[in-house]
Amino acid sequence: MYAYDELDRTLINERVSEFRDQVKRRLSGELTEDEFKMLRLQNGVYLQLHAYMFRVAIPYGTLSSKQMRAFARVARKYDRGYGHFTTRQNIQFNWIKLAELPDALADLAEVGIHAMQTSGNNMRNVTSDQWAGVAPGEVEDPRIWSEILRQHTTLHPEFSFLPRKFKIAITASEHDRAAIKIHDIGLRLLKNADGETGFEVLVGGGLGRTPFIGKTIKPFVHGRDILSYVEAILRVYNQYGRRDNIYKARIKILVHELGIEKFAKEVEEEWKQMSDGALTLDYSVVEEVRSRFSYPAYEKLPHMPDELKQAAHDPLFERWRKNSVFPHKVQGYSIVTLSLKPVGGPPGDATADQMDAVADLADRYSFGEIRVGHEQNLCLPHVAKRDLPQLWKALERIGLATPNVNLVTDIIACPGLDYCSLANARSIPIAQELTRRFANHDTADLIGRLHINISGCINACGHHHVGHIGILGVEKNGDEFYQITIGGRADEGAQMGTLIGPAVPYAEVADVIEDIVEAYLALRDRPEELFVDTVKRLGVEPFKERVYATR
Amino acid sequence: MPLVKDGKITKDLLVHVPDGAELPGDGAILVTAARFLEDPEALLKRAGKVGVIWPNNRDLDDLVPHLDRLAAVALVFPSFRDGRAYSQARLLRERHGYDGELRATGQVLRDQFVFMLRAGFDTFEVKKDSDAEAFASTAKRYSVFYQPTGDGRLTALHRRMQLRHSESAGQ
Repeated sequence: MYAYDELDRTLINERVSEFRDQVKRRLSGELTEDEFKMLRLQNGVYLQLHAYMFRVAIPYGTLSSKQMRAFARVARKYDRGYGHFTTRQNIQFNWIKLAELPDALADLAEVGIHAMQTSGNNMRNVTSDQWAGVAPGEVEDPRIWSEILRQHTTLHPEFSFLPRKFKIAITASEHDRAAIKIHDIGLRLLKNADGETGFEVLVGGGLGRTPFIGKTIKPFVHGRDILSYVEAILRVYNQYGRRDNIYKARIKILVHELGIEKFAKEVEEEWKQMSDGALTLDYSVVEEVRSRFSYPAYEKLPHMPDELKQAAHDPLFERWRKNSVFPHKVQGYSIVTLSLKPVGGPPGDATADQMDAVADLADRYSFGEIRVGHEQNLCLPHVAKRDLPQLWKALERIGLATPNVNLVTDIIACPGLDYCSLANARSIPIAQELTRRFANHDTADLIGRLHINISGCINACGHHHVGHIGILGVEKNGDEFYQITIGGRADEGAQMGTLIGPAVPYAEVADVIEDIVEAYLALRDRPEELFVDTVKRLGVEPFKERVYATR
Repeated sequence: MPLVKDGKITKDLLVHVPDGAELPGDGAILVTAARFLEDPEALLKRAGKVGVIWPNNRDLDDLVPHLDRLAAVALVFPSFRDGRAYSQARLLRERHGYDGELRATGQVLRDQFVFMLRAGFDTFEVKKDSDAEAFASTAKRYSVFYQPTGDGRLTALHRRMQLRHSESAGQ
């Protein structure tokens, strides 16, 4: 965990009083809605279909139990008793009153939580691998660099009014769990031949109506130069990114229009003029930040404790363990994913009671630490293997032990037309129906890894382009229709899915997905061949035939 | 429109001369970039200081050679959402060493004051009277800053490092 010091706390409190003043001026009419809109967005406040929505940052997905309890309190006190975890390591509250927002912010500030730049045309929450610091084989903990970038991007005097939003993600593992290739800047931490830390820098990835996979702009930027290099990219973007058309304003369009070589050259020229300046990170500065991350005092524990051997006789426990428990870098410990995708539930939602219970379990079994991943699930990052059976029972009691992690019912979905003013179609009810169709865990296990991503409009908050199966809601003559893509992925081999054919009406979506899955089961050449690999081998044709033959 | 300079509401000593209008014989003037670049020498030789309004979509290259003879550079915020002039301001101050008056014009509102100060602006054509009156208190909203800019404010990182050094020196 990163420990805030007095300076971090002061800044957050100053931000709360600034926002309190802004809300006061809006309520008194001193600020117009047009003037206030940008100010509230810069603090994570959207006006949705029914109410204000409040998005709070969970930088690089790391939370303490104390912070999780603060979410529970906010959910109870100011909202309707639940919150929604998003694909960018944020939590959203959907029913907050404007006049109460400053108090909610102040409550969160007490535990070092803020909502700065969780929306608006600025640098958004810096995200990372939810397994950072505990994943076996990781180059080093990417959260140190995430925190350096978090500080640098917070209330930046030059880049708070960019052409459009700007998202940075960092990974330090070979397997990319942070989806860096679909971010404005993606950073892959690596070591050079001399063993020095640096980053492969990718730029111009993003989804939305014009999706692009990020391109490598520089294969290695030394760690000491990462702030100046990121600053150079942003300076070029701030000056030359398009401001005439909101749909062409993201950096991906600038990179596409200039071409990556020309864009890289512009950045390089800018960077050369500032690379030896105040942004250079001395070793001691990095170590200062590193020193404020604390790590658990792990015990020396056996690889296979007796508790685990005994519990292995329980097939329900075993099913959960095989699905939701992952190897930890320290022997005797595990990483446990808590599925927020119960059968029939909205993906990513947690009740205040569940949040409190997870906080208690984190204190008891995970050194007080919780993680949030972009797949909209939670994670306990340091669970002793001997505690797994007890933890499982406790999770079962609070409905967070659904053994469907990475399976067909582990669906990513945006809030859709049930909440969002931009949406064309509903997302959540589609996800709920699919979880009911595939509720049988044996069937889901048989199908294997399969990511379904659902967006209720072209803005793609549900990452439909990069779902193994992507579902995009569109509106046709006042009715909800859905386009289906297959073969997308968001990891190190990121690519966009391919459209299989004409959009289908709301009532047929679940049938179509069942058809696609059945086709896959018949077509895969062995049980280990994942859905996405079968699509890669055979293309979309056989799936298309199966879906449209009878429609 | 009230002018705030060096933290106080003050009288604007620069006369805005619109394109096409006749120049006053003497006295300080503020002209557009287009007018200035037509004949910079003639304007600079004239009795009276010259300031230039530089648009936010034009590179600074044509302005830079004249910086040391200008009394003011005014950068433009056509809307407060358009942040290009923040980059121009920092480049003028931090790269080109400009130390004359740097003025923010356009939709200049209270909630941008701190960002503008940090980017190097020292003079503000403020849209609303109430915002101009609130300048001094607004400028003090923040005491902690994460980024090093040319404004000289110490960053959080620097303060932490200083603290470390003084702690280790005391041991």
